[in-house]
Amino acid sequence: MAPRTLYQKIWEEHGVTPIDDQRQLLYIDLHLIHEVTSPQAFEGLRLNHRTVRRPDRSFAVMDHNVPTGDRTMPIDDPVARRQIELLEENCHAFGIPLLNLHHPEQGIVHIVGPEQGLTQPGMTVVCGDSHTSTHGAFGTLAFGIGTSEVEHVLATQCLVQAESKTMEVKFIGPRPLGITPKDMIMALIGQIGIAGATGHVIEYTGDAVSDLTMEERMTLCNMSIEAGARAGMVSPDMTTVNYLRGRRFAPEGPDFDRAAMGWLAYATDSGAVFDRTVVVDLTQMAPMVTWGTNPGMVTSIDGRVPDPASATDPAQRQAWQLALDYMGLTPGTAIQDIPIDRVFIGSCTNGRLEDLIRAARLVRERRVAPTVRAMVVPGSGLVKREAELLGLDRVFLDAGFEWREPGCSMCLGMNEDVLEPGERSASTSNRNFEGRQGRGGRTHLVSPEMAAAAALYGHFVDTRPLLHEEESV
Amino acid sequence: MRALTVHRGKVVPMDRANVDTDQIIPKQFLKRVERSGFGQFLFYDWRFDEDGVERPDFVLNKPAFRNASILVAGPNFGCGSSREHAPWALQDWGLKALIAPSFADIFYNNCLKNGLLPITVPEDIVHRILIESQDEAGLELTVNVKTRSVIFNDGTEVAFPLDTYSQESLLQGLDEIGRTLRAEAEIMRFEGQEVNRINTRS
Repeated sequence: MAPRTLYQKIWEEHGVTPIDDQRQLLYIDLHLIHEVTSPQAFEGLRLNHRTVRRPDRSFAVMDHNVPTGDRTMPIDDPVARRQIELLEENCHAFGIPLLNLHHPEQGIVHIVGPEQGLTQPGMTVVCGDSHTSTHGAFGTLAFGIGTSEVEHVLATQCLVQAESKTMEVKFIGPRPLGITPKDMIMALIGQIGIAGATGHVIEYTGDAVSDLTMEERMTLCNMSIEAGARAGMVSPDMTTVNYLRGRRFAPEGPDFDRAAMGWLAYATDSGAVFDRTVVVDLTQMAPMVTWGTNPGMVTSIDGRVPDPASATDPAQRQAWQLALDYMGLTPGTAIQDIPIDRVFIGSCTNGRLEDLIRAARLVRERRVAPTVRAMVVPGSGLVKREAELLGLDRVFLDAGFEWREPGCSMCLGMNEDVLEPGERSASTSNRNFEGRQGRGGRTHLVSPEMAAAAALYGHFVDTRPLLHEEESV
Repeated sequence: MRALTVHRGKVVPMDRANVDTDQIIPKQFLKRVERSGFGQFLFYDWRFDEDGVERPDFVLNKPAFRNASILVAGPNFGCGSSREHAPWALQDWGLKALIAPSFADIFYNNCLKNGLLPITVPEDIVHRILIESQDEAGLELTVNVKTRSVIFNDGTEVAFPLDTYSQESLLQGLDEIGRTLRAEAEIMRFEGQEVNRINTRS
């Protein structure tokens, strides 16, 4: 057989029946559900007298809309409360397992799925959320869908899908100190643009990717959608297998070893051909910071806010000008001179234990700048508990951070965690669109280390010297 | 889904690239559990000021475009979140078709599932439509799902890509879930042969 990519193997294995020369009915192994994009889908099922075909392949959790403060009190907003209640009712009615607001392992769907061992190599995974690409870190084909498709999967466990093109993103060179997977993915988006991978499924390759932990691979795959990709993935290897061992939904005993053999066989064959290859050089990479209103408007910590006058074409000039107007920035300003009002550490991009450990390293025995309000929102109940066992909650609280309950929180500001108009944040989330974190709010995307450092200094600082200092201690 | 064969309507120009779904429908409106009524919140932060008063300079608020049914915009329209509330809001406001040099992937699919026609045409055609729609007289276009083309008043016809599966769904207003359920035998066969995967209820 000709050598195949990871994507091709999963695509071929999950074909139920062809639709036309590009499309097939694709079987979905795992359907993750949350409160915001599902109510209309369940309503559609009821209106058409349909049911959920495979509740045993469905899993729900509340995350987008949940409060991250005191949960013993009822949710104030009656519209938000209704959405939460409805997920509970729908899961109960159709027999779908649910981690509700009070479950100790509740958290962000893209953090919960992997940590429960639900996401396994070779699977197809969908969710009514664009950051479903996160699960591709396991060598799964995972992508976000809209509510009509949520309903389609509930009813049929299938989706009509066109085959995607494949794109290899190869990271070359050793990863310098202070460069996180967040910087790697932001550098890629800066290089190819926010529509640079449209129509493609990305596979991340290179030694620097093989060397990443599973949590780091999830950060990398998470923002594939921000490059326009359908999905992002990493071929499964022993790092993947070792992560899954002992997880709640992973096979046990001899079944695990048998499954692991199967998982490893999904890895892209040597000699397999991608439709496109992009090379990203890590050797000169510096920590990245966005300056504009989409993730492609990004530069490094030693960079400056660009001047629209130097744009290459009128469309770019217009886009940069609009972005600078919204962001309240002057061309030529050094990134390190931008003052920060708020810091958010969390989200499906950077709300995992390793993210909190890395941020805490810089925070230990220091204080948040008096002009900054900073919060840490662990990605799940498990992350929160493990962090507390390590004493990270004390590190953050002692420094002046808030330590909150798990959820999507200020990444999209559906709950009360929002920026006020004009407030500027250093955020470990994934989108810096206008108003994303609150109307008039100004978001700069950074890694957890960069966010932590910005909280301490009240403006962006280069984390590399700080990390060198840590290393030498 | 509502069927769509031929539509003729007025064009509203949005000369901006990368219009994301957070702009199309801001997050504070995603708490609603209904599928209808999102038009009033379309482009909310651009359409209304902090006090909820219409901004007269925003294109959808201009009297000339209030009855438009075709929106033309820059490349990568609909990028970002998978929220289907975005096409629901565009459709509920009165739009039947969108024209752009390119669309974000999930958004494009979401439009088709709702009978809102996403039309991809080359940059120079988009440019022409942007210019002509800003003329005093305005611009009306005809979009035809059957011939997969946009027709200008001078008779110019520009083809756009649309796969036959989606075309058929649009023309007949087909229920896609019903279509898939016709493959019940194939789905059963697949499920009977598949390798053992997880059980979320175990």
